[in-house]
Amino acid sequence: MVKTVTFSVFRYDPEKDTRPYYKDYRVELRRPGMMVLDGLNQIRWEQDGTLAFRRSCREGVCGSDGLNINGVNMLACITHIEELKEPIVVQPLPSMPVIKDLVVDFTDFYAKYYLVKPYLITKTPPPSDRERLQSPEDRKKLDGLYECILCACCSTSCPSFWADPNYLGPAALLKAWRFIADTRDEGADERLEIINDRDGAWRCHTILNCVEACPKQLNPTEAIAELKKAIIHRKF
Amino acid sequence: MSEKHTHDVVIVGSGLAGLRAAVETAGRLDVALISKVFPTRSHSGAAQGGIAAALGNEEPDSWEWHMFDTVKGGDYLTDQDAAEVLTRDAVRAVYELEHMGVPFNRNPNGTIAQRAFGGHTRNFGEAPVKRACYAADRTGRVILDTLYGQCVQRGIHVYPELSVVDLLVRDGVVCGVVALDWATGALHVFHAKAVMLATGGFGKVFKTTSNCFANTGDGAALVFRHGFPLQDMEFVQFHPTGIYGLGVLISEAARGEGGILRNRLGERFMERYAPTIKDLAARDVVSRAIMSEIRAGRGIDGRDFVYLDLTHLGKERLAERLSDISSFVRIYLGIDPAEAPIPVQPTCHYMMGGIPTDVDGRALDVQGRPIAGLYAAGECACVSVHGANRLGCNSLLDLVVFGRRAGRHMAAQVPSMDLTPLPSQAEAPVRERMEKIKERTTGVRPAVLRERMQQEMMERCGVYRTREGLDKALETVRGLQEECRRNVFLDYRGERYNTDLMEALELESLLTLAEVILVSAASRRESRGAHSREDYPDRDDQNFLHHSLVYRDGDKIGVAAKPVSITRFEPKPRVY
Repeated sequence: MVKTVTFSVFRYDPEKDTRPYYKDYRVELRRPGMMVLDGLNQIRWEQDGTLAFRRSCREGVCGSDGLNINGVNMLACITHIEELKEPIVVQPLPSMPVIKDLVVDFTDFYAKYYLVKPYLITKTPPPSDRERLQSPEDRKKLDGLYECILCACCSTSCPSFWADPNYLGPAALLKAWRFIADTRDEGADERLEIINDRDGAWRCHTILNCVEACPKQLNPTEAIAELKKAIIHRKF
Repeated sequence: MSEKHTHDVVIVGSGLAGLRAAVETAGRLDVALISKVFPTRSHSGAAQGGIAAALGNEEPDSWEWHMFDTVKGGDYLTDQDAAEVLTRDAVRAVYELEHMGVPFNRNPNGTIAQRAFGGHTRNFGEAPVKRACYAADRTGRVILDTLYGQCVQRGIHVYPELSVVDLLVRDGVVCGVVALDWATGALHVFHAKAVMLATGGFGKVFKTTSNCFANTGDGAALVFRHGFPLQDMEFVQFHPTGIYGLGVLISEAARGEGGILRNRLGERFMERYAPTIKDLAARDVVSRAIMSEIRAGRGIDGRDFVYLDLTHLGKERLAERLSDISSFVRIYLGIDPAEAPIPVQPTCHYMMGGIPTDVDGRALDVQGRPIAGLYAAGECACVSVHGANRLGCNSLLDLVVFGRRAGRHMAAQVPSMDLTPLPSQAEAPVRERMEKIKERTTGVRPAVLRERMQQEMMERCGVYRTREGLDKALETVRGLQEECRRNVFLDYRGERYNTDLMEALELESLLTLAEVILVSAASRRESRGAHSREDYPDRDDQNFLHHSLVYRDGDKIGVAAKPVSITRFEPKPRVY
């Protein structure tokens, strides 16, 4: 007998459902180490093709399958089924508009990412025939910042992000600090101008949900604290 | 109903090739970038190890050595004029990426750090050379984020989560695409002076693969269906070190940093297959060596995998340079690579073949003439710089070098081009295809056919091939095509985010490409690079030192030969 586990999955098709509901499925554990994404694939491919969710790389790099699993935001492709309590309750990322089932609308999340200017801003032209130099110590300042995969697990776990529709949120702010912390970047002033706002860094109340949610073990709260410090130092 | 859009250029695919082309055309052309996934989720982001360029930051290096390695790595099927363009431009391309903000690892003197990689050598094969520029083991991801940032800065118009489902061709001129918007289910018709395909690879043809779910080769399949050729499709790279049973990639950087492959007896078996550069031989050589060890009963516990041993590298080096893959191994296998060896087996990784192009990204027809209005770059294209086997770190390079060149060519040519009128009822054929699938209420699920195809291709068209196996697989795949046409049904017939429909359409692409791969593989009766025929174990330059073209000719499939460009390096036996 193959062992099975119950998935209780959030379902909502705005075309026909008046309200969301949960549907239970039995998922067979056919090999050790199956991930939640393997379970969702099994449901879609073998039991119920109407279920919609995003996925792509299935190795925690592309950031497509951020979901709320048993109440915590995580990536389905790197979350072991066997480490979760049954039934495994799978919901879309909180606070985002649902397109269908587990697929949410990222438009607002991406718009906030664009707002912080997620690209290197330079005024000094680089050398024409070689790389700019950067010491290993300066490069190390980007560790823990550049690895963000925009899965939105952090922002959508943040009560301030839920409550304030204009709050930039931890993902966008971490991205801002990734560039400001880069010794090659000369765009700190224009970014801090945007971030020094009640809907910017100051909306963070160090609830730390983002730190817990990040599947890449990054620390957006710390990045936001650095942004706040930078704003203060700039003022005086 | 469908929405209509008109742009100068439509770029399909937002991996590195598509993004780099878009950056190049920004401000000069009205460009639309269409992508099946949001740009930063493209599979270029999964590239781990590095990007090759003879910067010489660690030790002496030259573009000519790099070119030689690329040609030899491709088992002399590499077009040498194209390889020269690639390797000469590599240094500039990497500096440019650094200037755009890629966070490369650094040396104490501040220059970009470099490490060794398979098949990259100094002085024409003497010893491994440090040529791979890297950002830990996230090189593809950081370049993807950086190039997307450049597109954001330049205001490139992106249409995310639209799949291209047809190519619009009128009198031999490509004038647009039809795309399906997943969020709404609506069809969009894009009318353009030029279309650039950058839709990536199609590893999903095979069961065990490092590729993502999105890698279904939609662009290449469309080109073939419209009667244009695909080139060198028999050359499928199996990367030696996929995590056993899953196919998730362990970067070659692991061996570049000193990792060693071992069999059941604990032997460093690559010493026997590649005495000079051992574990850093080209990927096809290492994959065959692993399969040979397994066949000789020297797999671990006599089973179908070997060990990749990183235990001697130490925790600190693993954390600093191989951090993502260390975490993959912990997550997927529950193993700490600093403590225990990793079980690995070859996994389908990369397609050397694809849409034939020239060095400016112009897609070519069977006669080698540019197809009006069509460009291609990246894994879906075949320039050919990778020949019969690609070297590690040459693909990221290929993407940015030829993505840029295609963009540059479009920026120069498209302003003087006319907008060819669309065929009448442009989206009608696609709509009919979709309706047919949606009408059925019983039959077979797309996933069932896909799994059968993947299993068959893995078994009979993998690292080793025979005439008999290929014939058998071709019969199976054609049967599956027929079943797909007649019998596939969906559970979901609604409009919104219909992933059921997405997978049915992708299955059509995959089955088309599986057939092309098999026809191409059967026609090449020799062993070269990644194509190993057990019934023809030797390379046969007399009869097969040429590219293969496969194209649709009415109901039949035609095969043609195309000459290889040989400029600097005469074919020699390939020994590592």
